[in-house]
This record gives sequence, C-alpha cells and structure tokens, in this order.
Amino acid sequence: MQTQDALTQIRLQIMWNRLISVVEEQAQTLIRIAFSTSTREAGDLSAGVFDLAGRMLAQAVTGTPGHINAMAASVIHFLAKYPIGVMREGDVFITNDPWMGTGHLNDFTVVSPTFRKGRVVALFACTSHVVDVGGRGFGADATQVYEEGLHVPIMRLANRGEMNETLLEMVRSNVRTPVEVEGDLYALAACNEIGSRRLVEMMDEFGLESVDELGEHIITASHSAMLVEIAKLPRGRYDNSMRVDGFERDIDLVASLTIAEDGIDVDFTGTSPASNFGINVPKSYCDAYTSFGIRCVVGPSIPNNAGSLSAIRVKAPEGCILNALRPCAVTARHVTGQMLPDVVLGCLHQALNTGVLAEGTSCLWNPVFLGGHGLAGGDAAFENATEFAVNCFHTGGMGARPTVDGLNTTSFPSGVRNVPIEVTETICPLIIWRKEYRTDSGGPGTFRGGTGQIMEVGNGEGAPFVISAMFDRVKHPARGREGGGLGVTGKLYLKKAGTAMQGKGRQPIPAGDSIIMEMPGGGGYGDPFDRDPALVGIDVRDGFVSREAARQQYGVSVDGEGVVDRVETERQRALRAAPPEGPARPRS
Amino acid sequence: MSTSAAKARIAVDIGGTFTDVAIEVGDRLITTKVLTTTRAPEAGVIEAIDLALADARVTPADIGLVIHGTTLATNALIERKGAKTALIVTEGLRDSVDMAQENRFEQYDIYMAKPPPLVPRYLRWPVKERLNAKGEVLVPLDEASVEALISQIGKHGVESVAIGLIHAYANPAHERRVADILRAALPDLWITLASEVCPEIREYERQSTASANAYIQPLMAKYLAHLDQRLRAMGFTCPLYMMMSGGGITTLETAIANPIRLVESGPAGGAILASRIALECALPQVLSYDMGGTTAKICLIDHGKPQSSRSFEVARIYRFLKGSGLPLRVPVIEMVEIGAGGGSIAHVDALKRITVGPESAGSEPGPACYDRGGGAPTVTDADLVMGRIDPATFAGGRVDLAPDRAATAILERVGTPLGLDLPLAAFGVAEMVDENMANAARVHAIERGKDLTGRALVAFGGAAPLHATRLADKLGIDRIVVPTGAGVGSAIGFLRAPIAYEVVRSRHMRLSRFDGELLNALMAEMQSEATLVVRRGAGEAPTRESRHAFMRYVGQGHEIIVDLPIRRIGPEDRHLLQNLFDAAYTQLYGRTVPGLDVEVLSWTLTVETMPAPPVEAADPPRRPAAKPSGQRRFFDPASAKFVEAPVYWRPDLLPGARLAGPAIVAEDQTTTIVSPGFDAWINALGYLVLDRRRS
Repeated sequence: MQTQDALTQIRLQIMWNRLISVVEEQAQTLIRIAFSTSTREAGDLSAGVFDLAGRMLAQAVTGTPGHINAMAASVIHFLAKYPIGVMREGDVFITNDPWMGTGHLNDFTVVSPTFRKGRVVALFACTSHVVDVGGRGFGADATQVYEEGLHVPIMRLANRGEMNETLLEMVRSNVRTPVEVEGDLYALAACNEIGSRRLVEMMDEFGLESVDELGEHIITASHSAMLVEIAKLPRGRYDNSMRVDGFERDIDLVASLTIAEDGIDVDFTGTSPASNFGINVPKSYCDAYTSFGIRCVVGPSIPNNAGSLSAIRVKAPEGCILNALRPCAVTARHVTGQMLPDVVLGCLHQALNTGVLAEGTSCLWNPVFLGGHGLAGGDAAFENATEFAVNCFHTGGMGARPTVDGLNTTSFPSGVRNVPIEVTETICPLIIWRKEYRTDSGGPGTFRGGTGQIMEVGNGEGAPFVISAMFDRVKHPARGREGGGLGVTGKLYLKKAGTAMQGKGRQPIPAGDSIIMEMPGGGGYGDPFDRDPALVGIDVRDGFVSREAARQQYGVSVDGEGVVDRVETERQRALRAAPPEGPARPRS
Repeated sequence: MSTSAAKARIAVDIGGTFTDVAIEVGDRLITTKVLTTTRAPEAGVIEAIDLALADARVTPADIGLVIHGTTLATNALIERKGAKTALIVTEGLRDSVDMAQENRFEQYDIYMAKPPPLVPRYLRWPVKERLNAKGEVLVPLDEASVEALISQIGKHGVESVAIGLIHAYANPAHERRVADILRAALPDLWITLASEVCPEIREYERQSTASANAYIQPLMAKYLAHLDQRLRAMGFTCPLYMMMSGGGITTLETAIANPIRLVESGPAGGAILASRIALECALPQVLSYDMGGTTAKICLIDHGKPQSSRSFEVARIYRFLKGSGLPLRVPVIEMVEIGAGGGSIAHVDALKRITVGPESAGSEPGPACYDRGGGAPTVTDADLVMGRIDPATFAGGRVDLAPDRAATAILERVGTPLGLDLPLAAFGVAEMVDENMANAARVHAIERGKDLTGRALVAFGGAAPLHATRLADKLGIDRIVVPTGAGVGSAIGFLRAPIAYEVVRSRHMRLSRFDGELLNALMAEMQSEATLVVRRGAGEAPTRESRHAFMRYVGQGHEIIVDLPIRRIGPEDRHLLQNLFDAAYTQLYGRTVPGLDVEVLSWTLTVETMPAPPVEAADPPRRPAAKPSGQRRFFDPASAKFVEAPVYWRPDLLPGARLAGPAIVAEDQTTTIVSPGFDAWINALGYLVLDRRRS
C-alpha cells in the first residue's frame, strides 16, 4: 500500500510535468504561426489548459505577464455564455472584449473544448495580440472604447469544425491588415487544437478518464505551496503609492497590501480615477500585473494555475484607473498596468528583510511610427512617401536589485524582445541613427539602477512621419530604495527644431527632422557612497557614469580610463555625512 | 578522402566528461573512452590515441587521417578564457552586443543576470560611416576615424579585432577597408570581418558571432598548431581535420580562419552517425538520441538527413534556458540539448517534486558513485541503484563505482525527503529525467512541424542505451537501434562526415520583385567560395551541392528553410520559389496564407564530398538463442518492480542472434537495457535492434 501511494505520487508528478509540456507545445505552435510581431518576436501571448469548472491547471511560460491572470479568469465568462453541455466537437469560441479577456481589443482570446470518447474532458484557451483591430490604430489617443476598433463579443469562431465565415468577413472588412489578422485567428484555433490532441494522447497513455484527480492535485499542491511561502512573510499591512505621468494629468497608484494566513490581499483604494484617454486598465489586467509583481518575490518557482493564483486577491474600486469600466478607452492599458509591480513591490519591500528591486522604467518604450498618405502633413512634395506602420519594442533601465545592479535597457515587468535595427530599416524607410546607452541615466546607489538608452530616428526619404507615443516616466522618475537615487526621467524631442514632445499621443516629425528619444534609467539601491569604488571605476571606463557624476553622486575620484584615486576617494567620502537628495525611503 | 581511404582513420572527440576515440581499420572499429583532462585537453587526446592505437595494434604511420572535434572553443566561451578582443562598430550604434534583445529570458527571477558581452564597452570602438539596408552609402567611411584606433589597439593590448558595421552583410566595402587599414599598420593583429564569418541581417547576432570568432581565434590557432605538432612528434604523417558544428569536416587552415564553426562539433558527429544508420537500416524517419555525461541531445532525421539551421546559442549561463547564452549564426545541425546526462544532479523542490539537472557533477567530482568527493545524487547513481549499470565494468572497468555512495546520496537527498524507499527514489529520478527528455523531444518536434510517431530511435552516447526503452515507451516508439560502439557515437560519426563548407549571404528579395539574374550572380559567387574551401581538403574528389533560401511571409519574424534547385534561375522561377515555400510552409504549419507576399532574407549554399554509398543491412542468418554470460536484476519502470534478467556480453552476440526482454546487453562503454516489453536481435551490420513485442 505504501509502495502504491509512492507510485501514485510519482505518477502525479510525471503527469503534471507532461501537462506543462502540453501547454508549452500549444504556445510554441502559436509563436511559430502567428503574424503579429508582438506575439512572434516578443512572446506577447498566453496558452493554458482548464478543467470543466473553468479553473486553470497549467499555463505556458511566455513573454508577457499581462495575460497571466487575465486569461485565467476569462474562461469563466465563456462558460457562463456557453455551458459545457452546449459545446460540440469542433466548436471554437472567441472574444476580444477587454473586460472579459485581457484588457484591450487587440487581444483575442480563443477557447476550445477537448473531446475524448464523445465527452468534453478539458478546455484549452489562448490569447494573442493581433496586428490591428481597426479604429484609431495602436495608440493612447481614443476617448472611448468605440473608437478603438472592432468589438467581438463571446461567440463561436467555429461551429462543429466549420469556421464562422460571417465573423471572419466582418473582421476582414474592419481591420487594416485583414490577411494577417485572419491568419492570427486561425493560429489561435490551431494551437488549441494541438493542445487538445496532445492532452488526449496523454490521457490514453496514462489511462485517464478525466483530469479531475490530476487537476485537484495540481491546484491543492500549488495553493498550499503558496501558503507556505506566504507564511514565511511577516503578517501585516503595507502601504505604498507611486505617481506616474498619466495622459492629461498625473496619476497616483495607491496600494495597501495585507499579508494574511490564507493569502495576500491588495487593495487599490485611493488610486486616481480613470483617464479620458486610452491608458485605462480593465480589472483583469490589473489583477495580472499585480499578481505578477508579487510572484516575482513570493513563490516564483510555483507554476501558474488556479491554485497558486487564488492565493493573491486584488481589489480596485470601480471607476478608478485600475478598474476602468466600459466605455473607457483602454488600448494602451499596458502603460499604466506595467507600473503595478513597482507599486506592490514597494509594499513588499517593507515586509521582506531581503528587500526587493528598486523602481524601473517599467512601461515599455515601444514607439509606433506611421508614414504615408495623410500622415505626411499635407506636403505635396511627399505625396508619394512610402506608407508604413511599425511598432518596435525598446526599453529603458530596470531598477537596481538589493545585491546587484539593475539590468541596462531591459524590459521589466514585460518580457518582450526588441526588433533589430536592421530589420526595422529593411521593412520601412526609417533610419535609426543612434541607439546607445544613455550616460548617467541609471539611479546612483550601492547598486546602480539600469541605464536607459538614446535613440535617434529619422525618415530616410526625408518625408514627415508620425509617432504614436505611449511612454511614461517622462515627468516622474523611477525611485530608488534604501538610499539609492532616482533614475533619470525620459524625454523626447525633435533634433533640429529642439522642440520637446509629449510622452503620450500622436505627434508629427516634420520633413527632414528626426526624433530623439532618451529613455529613463532605473532607480538605485542603497547609498551610492557605499558603492565599491572599483565598480564606479568600471562604469566610468565604460561610459555608464561620467567622471563628474562619479565624484558628485558616488564620491569617487576616477580618471577617464576608470582608474580610481583611492586616497582622494576616501577623502571625498569622509567629507559627506548626509545622503544625496533622493526619494523618501520606503521604510522610513 | 579518397587518397587515404585504404589507410586506417582515427577520430577523437573531447566532450564535457569523456574523451572518446574511434579507429577504423578496414572493417574493424576500435573504440576507447577516457575521462576528459579539462586543464590540458591535448594530454587526454594523446593518452586516448595511445590506448586506442595499442588496442587496434596499429602505429601512427598506418593512419591516413585524424579527425578531431573538441569542446575547447565552447569552453573558452563559457569560461571567458579567450583573447582580449575589440569590436569596431558604426558610430552611434555602439551597444548592440550588450543590449542584446532587451528582454529577460527568465520571467520570475528578479536577480537574473545576463551574459556579459565578450567585448566590454570600452573596447567597442565607433568609426564614422553608415550604410542603409540596401547597402548604399549614407555616410562615407571616415578613414581618419579608423586610423585613430591603431594606437588604441596597442595601448589596450588588444590581440584580436572583430569588425561589425551596420548593414555590412549587404555591402562589405567599409568593413574590408577598415581591415586593410588596420592590417597595414598591425600585421600580427587577428582580424575577423562580420561580413565574412556571418554575412547575415540582424546586427546583434552577427556582431555576437564575429566577436566570438575573434575572441577564440588566437587560442584555437595556438591549440591546433600545438596538437598538430604533438601528433607529428608521435609519428603521424597524415593530415589533421576538424569536425564542424554543421556536420562537415574541414582542414586546419579553414578551422583557424573560422574557429567559431568548431563549437558543438561533438553533437554534430552524433547526428551524422545517426543519419548514416538511418540510411543503412532503411529507416526513413529517425529520432537521434545521444545522452552523455552532461547533456542529452535530440535530433530529427528524415530520409537520412538531419535538420540544419543557422542559429545556435553557446555558453548558456542559466539552466540551459534559451536566451541565456551568446547567439551564434553559424551552420549547425538543428537539435535540442537539455541538461539531462549521467552526471545530472537530482533535487527535491519546494513543491516536493523531483527535479533533475541541468546542473551536472561533470567528471570532477562526478556522480556520488565515482567516490571522488561528489555527494549529490545523479542519474548515474539512480541507474546504478536500479541495477542498470554493472559497477565492475563501467567505462571498460576504467572507472571504479561505489554503489553504497550512490545509495546514500539517493536516499538522503531524494528518498527521505519524499518518504520513498531506495529503489522507488531512484526510479523517481530516472523517470523524471526520461520524462524531461520525452517532453523536450515533443516540443522540438512541434517547433519543426514534425511528428514523432512511427520514428525509430537511434540511441548512443554512454547513457542513452540505459534509458532508451523507457524513452521509447513515453514517445510511442517501437524500434530502437543501438549501433556498434554506441558509447562513443560522436567519434564514430566524425569518421562518416563529409568534407563540407556552407556559405551564407543576406540579400533581401520579395517574390513580387523577384530578380533571377541577381540570384544567379550571388549563387555563382557563393559556389566559388565554398568550392575553394572544400577543394583544399578534398582535392578532386567528387562533390555535391545544396542551396537553400530563408523565406517568410512579409511581416513574419521567423524564416523557414526552403530547398532550391541546383541550376540557373530564370524569371519564371519566381513561381517555383512560391510553390517551394508553400510546400515547406504547409509541411510546418498545415496551411498557407493566400494573398500575402513572400520575402527571402538570406541564401545559403553548401558544397560537400559525396558520402560513400551506404551498405544496406541485409537480413542476417538466423542463429540459435545467444548464451548469457550472467544474470542480474534491474528495476523495470513500466511495472515498477525489479525483474531478473540474463546478461549478455555484446561482443559475443553475432549477427542474427536474438534475445527476449527483460535482458541486459553489456559492452565496454555502455549497457543496453532491454525492458520486458522489447525483444532484441543483432542485424547484419552488428547493430543491436530492439523491437517492441506485439501483444
């Protein structure tokens, strides 16, 4: 009997592993056949398997946290409209409802039942960001969701294996890139089909009639593992707030995080109301980034599923920017949502004696550039300017970690990859004249904040073009922790005209001029005067820190080659008693 | 190779844990395995060659060709022991190799570190120049900005320089001019042109490849010259050839010019062996499974050809995760490598799950049972506890094993934490590593648009035959082939590899603006370059050629490889390319996307010597049941029980011999476990073939 129990235990482990591999195959299929750049290049997708109650059992580890909890919650909405009993073999369901799916119309979520021996045994769901959904296009300028594109309520994408041609025709005639978007919808259906096929094979191999026992094991084991992790933290309530740029006005993100025996609660009461523009966050997306931020430090190795996710509960008052309701505009919800890990990590910093990373750039700096008819400023000389629309992913610096520097130009919390300069220049007439580290942008600290970068972009044809900006930390910098300094704010401006540009919204770049984007640095960690002078020397040698900043911010005297003058450094450091001007320390 | 066909040939493969040697004398194959001497690899090579020569009863003068593959290039990159290297870049774009992809390969680890670039920022030097994507000059090269670097090179003691200018794959003129200026001033400087080692679009990957080539070049040149001298001193008069990652072999001269192509040559040798076996045994679809001391390599082989690719990552610093290494764009055999080898270490995680690898105990200290101070339980320890390995004959009796050490390690670190007894704890470890390999194989197949059902498994490397039947169970595979000398499969693969060279060019072309003449000119140029390199080693031996295009729908991010015809291309061939792309795309993804334009990013051309025609295995004569040399029990995963099994000594088994599972077939460098669900027989070529018993 004891042997039997032991064998069952090993078998459950093996099957759990296999289930994770099944959703991994599902996700890989989607990555390979998707058209949307953000899905393919940046891994902006999600794939998972659910039980018949709509509880997520396993999810592929993919590039973006924005879908984690959002997609997990969406299957319940599908089941409410189409209960298991009405599903037929070959049915596929779809929606891009921002409030039922993953937060904006560009994300389509597709759910497919898995049939085995004529019965539904599980559901596969996946989400990806399609190239275009009509409306104003990808940007933050809309004031209501109706302007943001086509809305597909939960409905059938396929009925008993027959694609819904009416829906597809509606989609094709409402988007700018019909072939690619239709291709993406097919890709979503196909990846669920691969998942289903693999699950059935797995059930055959292990002789399973249902996934209930396995599902229960996964959910229970994951939930208890989360509770064990949470129990290691000191109970209590930890408050934090962070001010970010917003669109038409500043936004305060206010959180109160409570560590209890049965889980972690986050309450965003006090957060600013929704914006008039498309940077609002539907609640499911707020949940996703909140829980991601917590999971970075609490139980990071526990797989995502209904059991681990349910240990974190999120509250946000209706109508605040983190629980914006229809008809709020939401296309650029990532700008606000990606700030949430910084907010909750600021709470957890007070609870953890190891500390957490400092604030960083956090929101991606992914400029959308548009050119061609109607975008060239009506200048007759450029009537034949090449039409293009490119979305390239770039980012500033990440916050410093408690024991190491922040990563330079690295996306966090998003996990997207950039697009090579040579590829961007091959597919459109833009020339990226400069893309280099931005000296002195990382916040000073014992551990330095990640360095941002400077990009200069012009049109090789000399024609005017347009940027759709969705950037933050232009007004409010990333703050350091434990005496670490501020990261430097970002800025954008016209190179020749010198005109400053806004962090958000569509703006023209006139003929012959180019745009310079200086991306923010991450906050520092710890007193910069405690930084190892040798590291400051290397930073000066490599141009991450200037000699002046080394002296002023770090109290280190160093020559241009990075050789530290030990005596002079000791003298300077001894002179200073007070810490440098910086943010309030979260712990004080 | 034809000139030396009559003489014996010797292949040496230095791996992470073992150095393997194979000598082929006529139809005799003699193999040897010794532990790798990490600190002085050529010492292990010489020792292993000496042993093998004695075994084979031949002298260096009898040898017609030495073929060598080594992890030295890879190790120099992993351990950062290369030359002081500078990278010359276009002004304004100094940081591509450091910014990399601006992402994190591990979503949840806030302490994640990225691999630092091989060239630090203060040695990345801008020159004033700029090309556009068509290769047109936007800013002419400012030669004064190049001349200014000459004093920098001396001042910083830079030994090797990589030149990686933007869009130089489309027009190498500026890179060549920079090289000329430097070479004129500093004749001893090692210089790598990115437009030569990797003329491909995507600046990060290209500069990374060029930097890595420059970084290892002085070291590899020195090692190879030194090894060549040692071999001459031993009395070898034959040439020394090097195995490359793409599956071909090449002369020392070419190897020294492109040392970056020497990485991962061992696994490539394994894939070449499996391909050869696929042809000999008439197996149209094969899953090659190579499991050694540190990792397992899985490769798909269709119709005797392994999948090829041009993207590879070396020196992964984080649990073998994709993205945690340095990207290289060189010809490689497409395979998945996971941290699952005999030395992989088992743990119990926070969720009370057994995890295995990717950390490996290596050869020093090695698994707990090596009794060299390693206390961590490994896969080899689990195999020993499960009765799969005979402690007395491991690695030909050259490595003594201590079963009690294995038992203690498994029980303490796995059994006790989970409340499992010793055999079940060992079973848990083995089952988890087998599951990991099966999952890696499945995901790899889906990434390549391939199916695993109906494939035969070719199992080699010291640990693969121990795990093959269980892996086959998990993948639904019914036939396993364990070749002769399976324990040193990669080295044997070296003996089967052609002299080959692949050339790449990036020329962007949309099919809607197809230009056949441009393509013909490009192919002619590539053909003469590849032929020149191959002729250096192959003389007038007959060669064959293959051409490929890397194509995608406009707007997609991944290219797929499409086979091109070997002939002049006319304007009407636009339709042929479209059809070839459609067919390849359908094979991968099940459908095409009508109405979307197709573009080609890069083109490759390979020239290689003709392989000897395979000898197809005839039906062997039936023989009476073989006689076991002993009896042992092993733990059978399918029934989760120990079973009694006869032990056969493989050299005693002649073609036609048959035996029924459960059985153990032992040989010097490995052991094949025939589980109760399989029967085994020896084919006409001496390979051990396992067939699932029909119930």
